Amino acid sequence: MNAIILSALLGVVMMFSGIVLKSKPAIVSTALASLVLLLIGNLLETYGIFSIRVNTHDMLDFTKFGYFFNTLAIAATLLYVILSGKDVIKVGNYPADCFALIFFVLCGVSILSSFNNLLMMFIGIEIMSIPLYILTGADKKNLKSNEASLKYFLMGAFSTGLMLMGIALIYGASGSFGIEAVKLANAVPGGALPQAPILDVIGLMFVFASLLFKVSAAPFHFWTPDVYDGAPSVFTSFMSTIVKAAAFVAFIHLFENKATEMGNIWKMLMVLTIIATLLVGNITAVFQQSVKRMLAYSSIAQAGFMLFALYSRNDMAKEGILLYTVAYSVATVGIFAILIKMKDYTFDGYNGLAKTQPLLAACNTVFLLSLAGIPLTAGFFAKYWMLASVVKAGGAFAIWLVIIAVLFAAVSVYYYFRVIQSMYFKEGNAETTEISQGFKIGLLVMAAIILYVGINPDGLLQWFYL
Amino acid sequence: MVPLLLILLPLISGLLSFFMKGSNAAKAWALLSSILTLIVAVIGVCSCTKYGCLNYDTAWLPSLGSRFTIGLDGMGKMLALLTAISFPVVFGATYRNNYKNPGSFYALMLLTQAGLMGVFLSLDGLLFYFFWELALIPVYFLCSTWGGEKRIAVTFKFFIYTFIGSLLMLVGILYLYFQTPEHSFAIKDFYALHLVGKQQHLIFWLFFIAFAIKMPIFPFHTWQPDAYEQSPTSVTMVLSGVMVKMGIFAVIRWLVPIFPEATKYYSHTIIILSVIGMIYASLIAIKQDDVKRLIAYSSIAHIGLMCAAIFAGNAIGLKGVMVQMFNHGINVIGLWIVADAIEQQLGTRKFSELGGLAQKAPTLAILLVVMALANIALPLTNAFVGEFLMFNGLFQYNVYIAAVAGISIILGAVYTLNMVQKIFYGNTVESTINATEVSGNVQWVLVALVVIVIALGVYPQPLINLTNSTVAAVIGVH
Repeated sequence: MNAIILSALLGVVMMFSGIVLKSKPAIVSTALASLVLLLIGNLLETYGIFSIRVNTHDMLDFTKFGYFFNTLAIAATLLYVILSGKDVIKVGNYPADCFALIFFVLCGVSILSSFNNLLMMFIGIEIMSIPLYILTGADKKNLKSNEASLKYFLMGAFSTGLMLMGIALIYGASGSFGIEAVKLANAVPGGALPQAPILDVIGLMFVFASLLFKVSAAPFHFWTPDVYDGAPSVFTSFMSTIVKAAAFVAFIHLFENKATEMGNIWKMLMVLTIIATLLVGNITAVFQQSVKRMLAYSSIAQAGFMLFALYSRNDMAKEGILLYTVAYSVATVGIFAILIKMKDYTFDGYNGLAKTQPLLAACNTVFLLSLAGIPLTAGFFAKYWMLASVVKAGGAFAIWLVIIAVLFAAVSVYYYFRVIQSMYFKEGNAETTEISQGFKIGLLVMAAIILYVGINPDGLLQWFYL
Repeated sequence: MVPLLLILLPLISGLLSFFMKGSNAAKAWALLSSILTLIVAVIGVCSCTKYGCLNYDTAWLPSLGSRFTIGLDGMGKMLALLTAISFPVVFGATYRNNYKNPGSFYALMLLTQAGLMGVFLSLDGLLFYFFWELALIPVYFLCSTWGGEKRIAVTFKFFIYTFIGSLLMLVGILYLYFQTPEHSFAIKDFYALHLVGKQQHLIFWLFFIAFAIKMPIFPFHTWQPDAYEQSPTSVTMVLSGVMVKMGIFAVIRWLVPIFPEATKYYSHTIIILSVIGMIYASLIAIKQDDVKRLIAYSSIAHIGLMCAAIFAGNAIGLKGVMVQMFNHGINVIGLWIVADAIEQQLGTRKFSELGGLAQKAPTLAILLVVMALANIALPLTNAFVGEFLMFNGLFQYNVYIAAVAGISIILGAVYTLNMVQKIFYGNTVESTINATEVSGNVQWVLVALVVIVIALGVYPQPLINLTNSTVAAVIGVH
């Protein structure tokens, strides 16, 4: 509860800080201090030292998994603000408002990590999404940013409608907003898998589709490239990492039990979605000329890997999502932080970066290797946990699904390594804006996190089980 | 303790080497580190017998059941020794070559050595996969940064090829992991599995494709000639001398004992593919005009024979393969050193632009002829022992296949002697008119290699003894 209440309060504080504080750096410092406060608040509750008690009538259920995910999300946001905070205040005229919106997003994230009721999930998704529509259009004199914002809003509103419709149908069929699997009347022990009422299944399909939209999985991914490309780069970084991971956590939390109601079709449905997402994301990313757009498609491809957790739905999948959150968020935030410093967003713009900025190039390489899933980086274990969870879950398609996935992982090497090739092996004079010493230290810390988790993922997970 | 040192020494000195500024400092540092590793390896092979000395085991990922287990058995000793010998040889022979960013170059070379050692020593599935990939990454950067004109595209092809293979292997490892009763990656648990039914065939191929790409076996070989040609020669030495042995080694350690049934079932197919590759590569080698490409194709032919001999499934062939892994490494590095010496001095590798070098550089000519004769496995050279054992094994498996494979010996003589003739004999041409003897360091390194070639050709017993324990273990399951 601490995280939800504090993030909402701190959001309001940030909103008014714009009136009181006139200097922009002071606003960034306030945001940093507030994030640290939020992190402490969440940790205090995790270890049972202090928490604000509110009777939620069982609509929210606070679990270890939820707390841990909140910690990860807040810590990732903290890293993000440390690295890119100075770029946030360059966008638009009201920097304090941008930070306020980021806090509201975090409020939505912490609801999504603890909901126990379809309505709370809906509220969480909305609290998380609406600030994002605004952030996408934060650069309001830029046409592309405006277009992206409008597109995102219209499509998002439509998918929200779909979700509400689905929730209504589920309520109609089962008489409950709860997320536990409904006891099926015709269940026979040892017999064929019971079938839920058809309205219930249709409702679940609607919710499923709208969540696929939120995590930008195929075939509901069409908004992603335009929105990620059009939004100011600082906010793309935030949207494609922390927000996406939160949407996944909600997705898994909901379907962990509910998937049984869909019986045999669930696994088939997941196999098709995963393959379609991997195919679209990877193949399209290969043909991009702009690194930013390539990252947009690659984020679809990474979503394909995270969807494995929904196929397998076991302990390993949950651990995998946590590892994936860390590996993917840290690496992507880092890559975007460097991208923002570049003058030219095309692959050629990176030519010769290793000579002009060796440290940036080295850190960027670590992040890219992590996204590609090369051993010794966190990305390897993130992918490993996902693949292992599928093999563990078994099923007729499991081994083939994993084989297809690794082939697509090999495709992803192609476009990630193009950046490395530009930086190291091609001649050129990559231009960057001014790089501060603090920025470099921040990058080094993030690269160290990636490498540490890449050697000892247990170190992270043990913390979760503490 | 020894195996841990063999990995840590090159790893740490490699990381330190990134910070070396001067060219001489980096070279001396790399040479020193590799000689230290060699000393440790020799001590380990010769005087260690106790379990604690040859093995190291510590917890790594308890939640996954993966342990950091490394150890030296007979085959491991041999390959660790090969890796330990080849790096000082490579550094010594190319001591006068200059590279831009020497610190990074030698750092990446030493990291490659650490990765290779890890592959040959690890006794845990996940750890093996880790090192398998890690050996590749520094090589990717080495070839792409310091290679020839088409280096970026060629190295990328090489990388993607091997990466696809190793990912498929990862799926295989995962499958085996969930089959073991207590969910562990330890190699002894993998050996204890008795896989039955159709699924083991699929898993067998997941592993085999990874290894076949690495070796490479026809038709997975297309990355290899280009990669050898475009890499800087010192990296090519490592690639063909040591790295291709990863594939052969892995088949013996991670494939044949785990899938005895599938191995038997597919051995005929794989042997025929290997033999096709041998003849095919030899024929192409005859037509080459470039020293590097010739050696590359000759290497495919030799590796094909090794692969065929493994799947022949008898003890004598397997012994031959292991002996030959070591010997081929020594011989091919010798050939590359000569190729590099010629290219450094004359600026060309084309036969059509060379000739009569023996008049100008008689010592180099003698040394090359010995290496070339070893390449065609003449008796009294080390390669004869290995090839004889392998053909013997193949002959026991199937007379006709052995006969067809035997053609490659003749073809091998054709292209190797042709190369010697075109480079060293005949009249001097424009490029060789002002040639001189190669520098002292190259000569001394080659002399050392020639001594190994002849010594092991006359008295191969110590090498054969090393293989006994591994052969017994593998054939026992077979």
